[in-house]
Amino acid sequence: MVQIWRRALKDIWANRFLNTITVVTIAMAVLIVSAFGLLSVNFHQLMDKWRNGIRMLVYLKADVSQQDRQALEDRIRGIKGVSGVTFISKEEGLARMKQRMAILERLLEDLKKNPLPDTFEVRLDADALEGDRIDGVASAIRAMAPVEEVVYGKVWLNRFAGLMHLFRLAGTAMGGLFIMAAVFIVANTLRLVLYSRQQEIEIMRLIGATDRFIKMPFFVEGLVQGFFGGLLGLAVLYGLFRVAAVRVGAYLPIGFGEMRYFSSTTLLLILGCTMGVGWIGCYLSLKGFLRR
Amino acid sequence: MIGGKEKSPVIRMYHVHKSYGTKKALTDISLELMENERVFISGASGAGKTTLLKLIYLAEPVTRGQVLVDGMNLSRIVPKRIPFLRRKLGIIFQDFKLIPDKTVFENVALVLEAAGHKRRFVEKKVKSVLRVVGMEDKKDALPPGLSGGEQQCVAVARAVVGNPKIILADEPTGSLDPGSARKILALLDHYHRNGATLLIATHDRELIRRADGRVVHLDKGRLVSHR
Ligand SMILES: Nc1ncnc2c1ncn2[C@@H]1O[C@H](COP(=O)(O)OP(=O)(O)OP(=O)(O)O)[C@@H](O)[C@H]1O
Ligand SMILES: [Mg+2]
Repeated sequence: MVQIWRRALKDIWANRFLNTITVVTIAMAVLIVSAFGLLSVNFHQLMDKWRNGIRMLVYLKADVSQQDRQALEDRIRGIKGVSGVTFISKEEGLARMKQRMAILERLLEDLKKNPLPDTFEVRLDADALEGDRIDGVASAIRAMAPVEEVVYGKVWLNRFAGLMHLFRLAGTAMGGLFIMAAVFIVANTLRLVLYSRQQEIEIMRLIGATDRFIKMPFFVEGLVQGFFGGLLGLAVLYGLFRVAAVRVGAYLPIGFGEMRYFSSTTLLLILGCTMGVGWIGCYLSLKGFLRR
Repeated sequence: MIGGKEKSPVIRMYHVHKSYGTKKALTDISLELMENERVFISGASGAGKTTLLKLIYLAEPVTRGQVLVDGMNLSRIVPKRIPFLRRKLGIIFQDFKLIPDKTVFENVALVLEAAGHKRRFVEKKVKSVLRVVGMEDKKDALPPGLSGGEQQCVAVARAVVGNPKIILADEPTGSLDPGSARKILALLDHYHRNGATLLIATHDRELIRRADGRVVHLDKGRLVSHR
């Protein structure tokens, strides 16, 4: 095993130019694929936060009796997809508004009449936020007698979901493409190495080396290339991420958390994948080469 | 062990033919080498000496006939077993076949590493063999920086380092002065005494005249005389 490593490391050094190309190629593939992954993860998180923050506001008509209100609340609770209902009286609503917008406090103080309606704040299941289902919930509530109006941020939600979908699709397609390209390039640079060492390989076979013995250092080389390519790609991505996180973070509403880098598990998984890419590249290259 | 009657053949060739395309290199060769025998193959350039050796280490397949080496029928050997066939053979190639960007030491060590020996053993064994062929001073040199004779010594060292059962030597004294040639022959003798079977291809008449062993002569791919 030690010998295999020594042979592999010597080989890597002897072919440092080709190895550098391979490592950089893998790094670029990793950079692009994981950049998509990272954005996707962060978007997803953002969207989850946002979804949890989505409330449907149900404004009631003026002068609804206590009983009618209670009945309405029960009916809203009964709708599929509704996870919670909170009543906010108009007084409470005004108090909250004052609290939130301190500058307006004076202005609001002077109001003779509370302009706000009584409101139910309706929280929804994540399921109910998919596609058009939220419209169904809304119209069901709207059809109920003491309801004046129902408001919610549906358009934005859907646009965002559509964007995410497209983004993930593009990411997957490009990721697949780049991984294939990486495998292809690893296989081909290795093939160049193999051609340059054809004579040596032939001699090794003549003195009784098995194919396994001949191949092992190349596989180790592939793994090492994959590892360093992955490391380089992730390091560059981390650099870009730090810059971007600061910029984007400034635009994010408070409470939306911060942008996250990959977890250590994901990082290890990515490195495992890049090493896999190196291995497969080697496998493809050697498969054709040693057959005779 | 008197007269060697109990000895069994380690190499057997039965009616072997070999053609390269339409060019016939060997015609109807039948030959047996007993264990621990020493056999010289003589013949002019192009007579087919190298080709005959290649059939034994399976660098080339026979066109017709059969070759058996130490009980293995080379027409039926599975590719996976070929390395194990070659580990029984120590081969001195006519063109040496040293790896140019590996040192003398590494070239010789490769045989033992490929056979899976431990590093400590490899180091010890290679050093001692290099000492025997007188190349210990040059163990870190690269083959292209060596003289023809020195390269030949390295080739011999590599051939014998694995204690092979059979040594195939293709012109082992081809590029040596008489003194060095004697040294190489003495070395091969040494391994012969220790039980190896020797098959030496040469067109060196001097070598053949003094040869202690059987001589077979190849003429245009045919075996014409035994001695
Ligand atoms: N790979 C090959 N392809 C085609 N013809 C070949 C090949 N190898 C050898 N030959 C031919 O086979 C014949 C025997 O060649 P071989 O190398 O066995 O001769 P040799 O006795 O070893 O000669 P020398 O003493 O010069 O080494 C020659 O005519 C040669 O041209
Ligand atoms: Mg020859």
